[in-house]
Amino acid sequence: MKPSDSVNNFLILIPAFNESGAIADVVREVRQVAPTAPVLVVDDCSTDGTVRQAGSAGAEVLRLPYHLGLGGCVQAGYKLAFQLGYDYVIRVDGDGQHDPRYIPELLKVLQNTGCHMVIGSRFYQNNGVHTSAVRAVGIWIFRLVLRPILGQPVRDPTSGYVGVNREALQVFSGSFPLEYPEIEALVVLQRKRFRFQEVPCRMRPRKAGRSTITAVKSLYYIIHVLLGVFVNILKFEGGQKKE
Amino acid sequence: MERLLNAMTVLSILLMLLVLFSVRRSHIRVEYSVSWLAASVILLVLSRSHSMLNWISDQLGLTSPPLALILLVACVFVVVIYRLSVVISDLKDANIAMAQRLAIVEFQLHSRNEER
Repeated sequence: MKPSDSVNNFLILIPAFNESGAIADVVREVRQVAPTAPVLVVDDCSTDGTVRQAGSAGAEVLRLPYHLGLGGCVQAGYKLAFQLGYDYVIRVDGDGQHDPRYIPELLKVLQNTGCHMVIGSRFYQNNGVHTSAVRAVGIWIFRLVLRPILGQPVRDPTSGYVGVNREALQVFSGSFPLEYPEIEALVVLQRKRFRFQEVPCRMRPRKAGRSTITAVKSLYYIIHVLLGVFVNILKFEGGQKKE
Repeated sequence: MERLLNAMTVLSILLMLLVLFSVRRSHIRVEYSVSWLAASVILLVLSRSHSMLNWISDQLGLTSPPLALILLVACVFVVVIYRLSVVISDLKDANIAMAQRLAIVEFQLHSRNEER
């Protein structure tokens, strides 16, 4: 699964945990949109048929030995992509919420602008917003907090529909937040003075499965992420462990 | 006060015996038993030394020596628990890195076998 050439040097990364109801369709849709790109499903130790479904739909599957959570799952994919020499990785969720038709646009922005990370934003032009009221309040709080930290507005900080270039891949291979990684990842990039850009995307309702962030967990989510943001700002990088 | 100090003495001896027994049975590694043994020794010494406890409570401006003992015990255990949190965090990081590496190595082995 090595990069084919310098032009098509990108990988589609799909983290998945118990997504047997949607993963095959997601992989097929992605392959229709980006037929030359390898599709890597990182299976976070699913107990259903996710691995089989993803494999039969034409994806390569990286199987984690035990459940690491979203951050550990995505980071494993980033590590493999970096080791294999990919220049760009586009992450698409395995539940079908991310419309693969925006992959070429995300890639184009990454390649043409030189920014390190591109975020598919459902709020950029009010594109088909599918989010709960509690989550919307959380996103509003995150926007307020992140604006001065990042030095630029971010409309959809919780979006997992992101693309990264090789420099960001290298950073994330070494350090990536484990729980609810999207927002903290932005702070990790900011510490490196990396740039990000948002691209308007339409999100769809999930095809199967349940969100990991339920209404009950939302308050914990907001507190956890805000704490994670401040800890990341204060983090001493000289003490990072080597692998 | 005397009853509380006696109870603390018994508690510290029980803690010490429990830790030593656990080390002997390999339930706790020696390096992690040190914190608990140190905590139990501090507890034992303070509960048996009235003069030291009175001196500490005077220094802390407390009128009740048992209160000073409880405060010190709480501080000692906070330090032990903090140290264990650091150890757990290190182990979790190492464990995640190892799981990711294992998955990647297995993936690459599988890919090479398929290429052949």
